[in-house]
Amino acid sequence: MGASRNFEAPARIAAIAPYLWMVLFFLVPFYFILKISLSQTAIAQPPYEPQFDLSQGLEGLKAAAAQLSVENFRLLVIDDLYVFSYLRSVVVAAVSTLILVVLGYPVAYGMSRLSRGWQALAMLAVIVPFWTSFLIRIYAWINILQRDGLLNDVLMALRIISAPLVWLSTDTAMYIGIVYSYLPFMVLPLFATLSKLDASLLEAAADLGCSRRQAFWLVTWPLSLPGVGAGALLCFIPITGEFVIPDLLAGSGQMMIGQTLWGEFFTNRDWPVASAIAVVLLIVLLLPLLVYDRLQRKQLEAR
Amino acid sequence: MSARALTRLSPFNMVSLALGFAFLYVPLVILIVFSFNASRLVTVWGGWSTRWYAELLNDAAMIEAAWMSLRVGVTSATFATVLGTMAAVALSRGGGFRGRTLFSGMLNAPLVMPEVITGLSLLLLFIAVEVGRGFWTVTAAHTTLTMCFVTVIVQSRLNDLDRSLEEAAMDLGCSPARAFFAVTLPMIMPAVAAGWMLAFTLSLDDLVIASFTTGPGASTLPIRIYSEVRLGVKPQINAICTLMVAFVALIIVIASLVSKLSSARGGSAAPL
Amino acid sequence: MASAAPAVERPPNRRYQWPTHDPEEWAPVFGIMPKQIDKADERMVQALPSAETPAPEKPGSEQPLLRIASVTKRFGGMVAVNNLSLEIRAGEFFALLGPSGCGKSTLLRMLAGFETPDEGSIMLDGADIAPIPPHRRPINMMFQNYALFPHLSVAGNIAFGLKRAGMSRADIARRVAEMLALVQLEGLERRRPDQLSGGQRQRVALARALALRPRMLLLDEPLAALDRKLRESTQAELLEVQRKLGTTFIIVTHDQDEAMTVADRIGVMDKGSLVQVATPRELYESPNSRWVATFVGDINFIEGLVVSQKVGLLTLRTEEAGTIIVTSSINPVAGMTVPLAIRPEKIRISSETASSDLANALRGEIVDINYLGDVSVYQVKLPSGALVKVKAANLVRSGSGFFALGQRVSLSFSPDACIVLDR
Repeated sequence: MGASRNFEAPARIAAIAPYLWMVLFFLVPFYFILKISLSQTAIAQPPYEPQFDLSQGLEGLKAAAAQLSVENFRLLVIDDLYVFSYLRSVVVAAVSTLILVVLGYPVAYGMSRLSRGWQALAMLAVIVPFWTSFLIRIYAWINILQRDGLLNDVLMALRIISAPLVWLSTDTAMYIGIVYSYLPFMVLPLFATLSKLDASLLEAAADLGCSRRQAFWLVTWPLSLPGVGAGALLCFIPITGEFVIPDLLAGSGQMMIGQTLWGEFFTNRDWPVASAIAVVLLIVLLLPLLVYDRLQRKQLEAR
Repeated sequence: MSARALTRLSPFNMVSLALGFAFLYVPLVILIVFSFNASRLVTVWGGWSTRWYAELLNDAAMIEAAWMSLRVGVTSATFATVLGTMAAVALSRGGGFRGRTLFSGMLNAPLVMPEVITGLSLLLLFIAVEVGRGFWTVTAAHTTLTMCFVTVIVQSRLNDLDRSLEEAAMDLGCSPARAFFAVTLPMIMPAVAAGWMLAFTLSLDDLVIASFTTGPGASTLPIRIYSEVRLGVKPQINAICTLMVAFVALIIVIASLVSKLSSARGGSAAPL
Repeated sequence: MASAAPAVERPPNRRYQWPTHDPEEWAPVFGIMPKQIDKADERMVQALPSAETPAPEKPGSEQPLLRIASVTKRFGGMVAVNNLSLEIRAGEFFALLGPSGCGKSTLLRMLAGFETPDEGSIMLDGADIAPIPPHRRPINMMFQNYALFPHLSVAGNIAFGLKRAGMSRADIARRVAEMLALVQLEGLERRRPDQLSGGQRQRVALARALALRPRMLLLDEPLAALDRKLRESTQAELLEVQRKLGTTFIIVTHDQDEAMTVADRIGVMDKGSLVQVATPRELYESPNSRWVATFVGDINFIEGLVVSQKVGLLTLRTEEAGTIIVTSSINPVAGMTVPLAIRPEKIRISSETASSDLANALRGEIVDINYLGDVSVYQVKLPSGALVKVKAANLVRSGSGFFALGQRVSLSFSPDACIVLDR
């Protein structure tokens, strides 16, 4: 262990460049989001004021600061549109995560039961969709779910329905799209945890009187919970802010918060409100983010 | 009942595996098949044809977007790999240092952060410092996004590595830094390579952040595809999507071959 | 269950007894809920000894507890266990000894139920246990890597099997406390496995396996991970626990010292077959083949030509050692070649001039000395060129009692110190 001390100093130096990069490109932008969320819309380039302009000196800065207000945040609270958008996002994310756990666990569990060689193949088979663009995968479903698409064709051929159903622009389509896109995010961490499970624990459970089903619920399930937690958070947090999937697959009724933000920014050109939406979304996600960070650190450093 | 029965596949396992993988692949397979459909309509099979691929070659905007995506991908992946590996080394070998929690938190966050937030924040930054948006802003944004993936892959590989190898190198006369470059780095190369490939594909696939941070005339491929998709299903889109899927699959195959080769030579286990 | 014989006082945690033929009573102890009893279990019940007959105190009762009959197990093209038959008595501490890959672990796993024999049968108390899955057998195993459940505390681990058996909460608590006292881990109930040392984890594994009062306990190389001092003290503890409980223990090990220390009988295995089953003493002093003689302890081999035979004494002429006289129960014909073996410590070494009253005497020169503290091992070169290994206790601390390299010495041994091998 003493030898590792020799590495610490040089290793720390390696942290400098990425540290600076992340501070500049990750932390600092949040300052700007916060600042602009406190500004007002203006017909200007960029379309908000006040502008902090050093040419006006300290006085100018102070005057600009005085113009900041929490008006945008009040808007978010008052206007039902935004409140419902947040609620919808959280509900959709929670429901999707639940579906993902229910569907993803058997797949990950089955993968962990395969022999070594097959496991590597299965991992590869899960990674290919994982590395394929979200956009492409959603588009693949649009193909199938259209009015004259394959799903309707198959259902009509099987005489389950008599006329084509509308699948696109529904919540069902959106859920299908979300589950489809995020399934690898649930399966991979879960598989990583399950495959590390000591097989002799299951033998010990059997030796002590457990049937196969009892051994699963009493030994495998409790020990896989950290993996379930990691996978669930890995899905829940990004799904909350999803834009592409609801935009392409869901109806034009209630929007998720990602769509609202996009609309405010690109369509309404209302940067301050868009920023305020982002700030509130971050606050909503703060707790899950912290829990996730905790889990990640435990995973990566438990050696 | 035997040990094999305890750890082999039950019928339930087999069904869930079959259904799971079918679910993942059927839509993609349909996409690929119909990109060769001679007929315009998705439901009607008009015979095998590559006309849509030919039409793609004539679509200048699409080709330019593809070229742009490739350039952004290669550049951002390289930056992300260099910075991400440095970060992984610091986290894995650096012990505890002040600001470590913040550091790892910042690195982990983009993994899960909704892309609309990351994209918006980066755009606001670029506006505030009055940088012209285009190739470099998208590249910087993608670097920030993908760096954390590289860090995760390389860090877990570093943690698994046998420390006694580095200690042996030091025992034989290397300074810690030399030991790293002479012994550690070659051994984690497959993980670093895998990180590069992942960063590349993520950059290639990204839509939201690119939309926020790009400038006029600097469309990436996903942005172009998205604008087409909003107008409805078109077979040309099937074609370009198939090409992208094939490209990504090729990269993955190369990545796994690389890691197999290095483990055959007694190197590291598969980093994927 | 009153009997005409005078009642014998048995303390409750001593020997396990078959209580009764009533399934309601015995089933929970084996982890079988009464409503799950089926044909297999009923066959077991028929074969149970009656409750009036107390189980014997000493090993060596009339009917063996475990009868392994012609069991064969193959993995792919390889035969792991080859037509093996063995009987193990109740209350015995039996060791399966052999080199890696000899099939001893496979045999153990078949007893536990994790492998099924391809041929042959395994009878426990006269009932075939092969169709019974591992979680229904009255046999428990202590795993090599302990296999403690990381998400449960020490008490939780020990209580695991008891909960499956449907014992009441109060009974479980009592049994867990009993087990903790047995392995001397009181006070550590709430600890998790990752907070324990290797020796402590091993004791939890032992307590967990014994908590169900199994008919038989299987131990799969349990002491492999411990250092020497800890191993020795643990061997003593295992012996004591086994004597206290009277449970039949079957231990698998590749360490012959361990087998000799703990076992009542040892079964030596090689390449899937049993080579010899005997008490430690018999195994060491009367190995039945060259292989066993070499595997257990050190040995010297000599080939002898039979010259004459008289009243159980053979006179042999050997190339290496001249004429020697050995006792033997076999009756070879004159002119036959007979392999002999002699253990290093049975040869007496003394200075050249000393005379000896033992029948066989040799002269030689010391070419190597290995000083081991309590004994020294000498390599002595005979005039014929053959090397003989001699072991002698270092009886004096210093002074003239020591032999030196190159010293000429006299070796002697009595006629019955030689083992006459027949293969």
